[in-house]
Amino acid sequence: MSGHMNLTLKVWRQKNKETRGKFVTYKADDISPDMSFLEMLDVVNEGLTRKGEDPIYFDHDCREGICGMCSLHINGRPHGPKEETTTCQLHMRSFHDGQTIVIEPWRAAAFPVIKDLAVDRSAFDRIQQAGAYVNINTGGVPDANAIPIPKDVADEAFESATCIGCGACVAACKNASAMLFVSAKISQYALVPQGQTERYSRAQAMVAQMDEEGFGSCTNTGACEAECPVGIKLTNIARMNREYFTAKFFKQEEAH
Amino acid sequence: MLDSKIPAGPLAEKWSNHKFHLKLVNPANKRRFTIIVVGTGLAGASAAASLAELGYNVKAFCYQDSARRAHSIAAQGGINAAKNYQNDGDSVYRLFYDTIKGGDYRAREANVYRLAEVSVNIIDQCVAQGVPFAREYGGLLDNRSFGGAQVSRTFYARGQTGQQLLLGAYSALNRQIHAGKVEMFTRHEMLDLVTIEGQARGIITRDLETGAIESHAGHAVLLCTGGYGNVFFLSTNAMGCNVTAAWRAHKRGAFFANPCYTQIHPTCIPVTGDHQSKLTLMSESLRNDGRVWVPKTVELAQKLRKGEIKVTDIKEEDRDYFLERKYPSFGNLVPRDVASRNAKQMAEEGRGVGKTGLAVFLDFAEAISRLGEDAVRAKYGNLFDMYYQITDENPYKQPMRIYPAVHYTMGGIWVDYNLMTTIPGLYALGECNFSDHGANRLGASALMQGLADGYFVIPYTVGDYLAGLGFAPVDKNHPNFEKTRLEVEGKVKQLLSMKGSKTVDDIHKKLGHIMWEYCGMARNEEGLKKAKGLIQELRKEFWSDVTVLGENEELNLSLEKAGRVADFLELGELMVDDALNRRESCGGHFREESATEDGEAKRDDENYSYVAAWEYQGDNQPEVMHKEELIFENVKLTQRSYK
Ligand SMILES: Cc1cc2nc3c(=O)[nH]c(=O)nc-3n(C[C@H](O)[C@H](O)[C@H](O)COP(=O)(O)OP(=O)(O)OC[C@H]3O[C@@H](n4cnc5c(N)ncnc54)[C@H](O)[C@@H]3O)c2cc1C
Ligand code: FES
Repeated sequence: MSGHMNLTLKVWRQKNKETRGKFVTYKADDISPDMSFLEMLDVVNEGLTRKGEDPIYFDHDCREGICGMCSLHINGRPHGPKEETTTCQLHMRSFHDGQTIVIEPWRAAAFPVIKDLAVDRSAFDRIQQAGAYVNINTGGVPDANAIPIPKDVADEAFESATCIGCGACVAACKNASAMLFVSAKISQYALVPQGQTERYSRAQAMVAQMDEEGFGSCTNTGACEAECPVGIKLTNIARMNREYFTAKFFKQEEAH
Repeated sequence: MLDSKIPAGPLAEKWSNHKFHLKLVNPANKRRFTIIVVGTGLAGASAAASLAELGYNVKAFCYQDSARRAHSIAAQGGINAAKNYQNDGDSVYRLFYDTIKGGDYRAREANVYRLAEVSVNIIDQCVAQGVPFAREYGGLLDNRSFGGAQVSRTFYARGQTGQQLLLGAYSALNRQIHAGKVEMFTRHEMLDLVTIEGQARGIITRDLETGAIESHAGHAVLLCTGGYGNVFFLSTNAMGCNVTAAWRAHKRGAFFANPCYTQIHPTCIPVTGDHQSKLTLMSESLRNDGRVWVPKTVELAQKLRKGEIKVTDIKEEDRDYFLERKYPSFGNLVPRDVASRNAKQMAEEGRGVGKTGLAVFLDFAEAISRLGEDAVRAKYGNLFDMYYQITDENPYKQPMRIYPAVHYTMGGIWVDYNLMTTIPGLYALGECNFSDHGANRLGASALMQGLADGYFVIPYTVGDYLAGLGFAPVDKNHPNFEKTRLEVEGKVKQLLSMKGSKTVDDIHKKLGHIMWEYCGMARNEEGLKKAKGLIQELRKEFWSDVTVLGENEELNLSLEKAGRVADFLELGELMVDDALNRRESCGGHFREESATEDGEAKRDDENYSYVAAWEYQGDNQPEVMHKEELIFENVKLTQRSYK
């Protein structure tokens, strides 16, 4: 068919956490430019299955760019070549006939590979469990319009809150730092009135957990922002640092 | 036999009275109970968090790698609540009325009223959690309007409302995980329900990473596992959405209600080819500003399809804004079924657009000239980007192409007013139950229902059951746990032994075609009978000729899919049986034998004003239907008219 492509894939295959992985080469033939990247992998997997070979495991669910489940390092870039696009929203028209595509899992000590292209990102959950919430129970809260929030503030909090938790920022960073992710969460709460009461203790608890998980430190290369599929901004990191150091300051004050 | 437990008394007082009469578990005793919550979408996450806050021990499960990734995350447009912040005449009663009417009078009055009543608390709760809803310049919450309503009562966070609400519920859940009150099991799939002496006492799960088949015991089990739209293969659901948990519970005795009620959403990105794995929704909110049209004549449409002319070549007077023309008072905001059916009709008349002709236009030119591109971007930016990404066409410059796609399932596990299924101790919340949307769900009401069930209903009703139980821990050594676990293991082994010539997707796609063709938007007796035979054959093909690769002790895509499709193949037949039984047009579906003279849907209240609840009878046996008559004491049944 016209416009269809034949591609060569070099895919990371690894049976489980314990075994060592390696690249395996596959052909992906007759690929339509209208397919998404994951649909291209579906086609390859259907072919493998028909041949009785184990299909390639990759994480995915919504395929709408919102759940954050898909990942993949594609030709050296998290979520592939297109800016502000998750792997599931990347379409094959971003590639050309005859191209070789190298597909790897996220690489970070805190994200161990569990099979092929899937990694364990539970560290992100644990960081949020450490403090990414307002300490209130269900019920007995004030009317939603009781506290007005200026539109620009609400919008800014929303921008931080749109993080999909995919881990691309960590995968993009040479130090495997999780600062962009953690700072987006801290910012969301630091901005709105509901997050004020626990503002500083939250920052401290989340940063402590982040360090415990073995993420690297931030050396301000900005690779995370460049690769974030939903455009989370570096300004979040600056805000988080402010929150964190103010928190330390308050702690010292209390100690005196 | 079916007791809906609707409380007596006037509609507006039912829930308050009921809450007062429900038995309570005293705070110190709550920690002696364990509650299993399957699913961490809006329904599951809100229930797990709220129950843990009360002091119960909770075990929560999801199949994704994080609780935050449940498909609620994908909801775009918004959540309804009867706040009347806009001073435009909204009230609890009006939201109740719109929802009952929107559901084409096939839902319970009492449930829907309660939903409208607690809707206001939901918004308060979410704001208190820090959910960044859209706001106006004065700092107060903004609203938009949605299909089937004439007031603005929909709260939203750009086109990502589900994401923000779910992250709110997930934060509450995380807080309880941190407190040690919720034990969270990610990448775990529920594969069966364990009952002891007729009561739900636990579940069997497979750890998707290690393959371990595990037993979990609890005093109550809450299914919050979402909808079954993926029975159609192509839908707006996530790839992993499934009916497995609900179906296995059904086979253990939970009745399945109105399985044929599915919602076909009018505004999705059209199919491009066989490789397609899912369909993407363009939120209904777009119909606030987008105008739906096709060329007036078949000739023009043909030229457009062949690429002889461009859409911009079609003059204003040659465009048929068919929804505005046919339904002047609701216009582009008619309910989903009406919009979908009309789009399909345009395609059938040969006036569809796009290469396949299976699409209509959704045009923003007028809105962009009225409001400016920036204002349109601020409202719908992420949707426009997504559309651009997928189709490579810029919706700021040319109209979107849209077509209906399977989106939501109103049918589901039958529950009483307390959300309890026909198995004592087993509850169903959110999309996986049948309760509040009748034959057609109004936009922005599923998020409302999921959170209503989880935050504000189940915390009251589950206590009533537990209070009557006694504190003895559930005995995990009871032979039923071992028996059920062995059955699950046997099924996994059986699937893994199958080495035929078809892939699981081959069969799933075939099933999808059958369902869409014969049990979708429009259906008739002949087609349904044919579908029934086709599904039975397909099921045989699956069990004799499918191939499942790999081992149990690993992440195994093939195995996960096979188990889910095996269940869809059984559910599909029940959907067809239910559709055969319901010889009326109603809500989301059009039964061709039941139409008015001008071709609109004709409901048959005399014969079908009931919930059809199906009872499983054993493998390959016809199921038995039980009726729950719907009694309307407050609203008068009228044929829906949006003209
Ligand atoms: C694209 C899209 C847009 C939508 N937009 C809107 C909107 O704007 N407004 C609105 O009101 N509604 C909308 N809806 C509908 C609404 O989002 C859903 O009905 C609702 O979120 C369902 O919530 P839930 O908690 O019932 O299920 P889900 O969020 O689907 O969660 C299901 C949970 O169950 C788990 N699960 C499933 N099966 C198993 C199993 N076997 N074992 C273990 N765990 C399991 C999953 O892991 C998940 O955690 C939209 C739906 C879609 C698909
Ligand atoms: S699969 Fe959900 S973001 Fe890609």
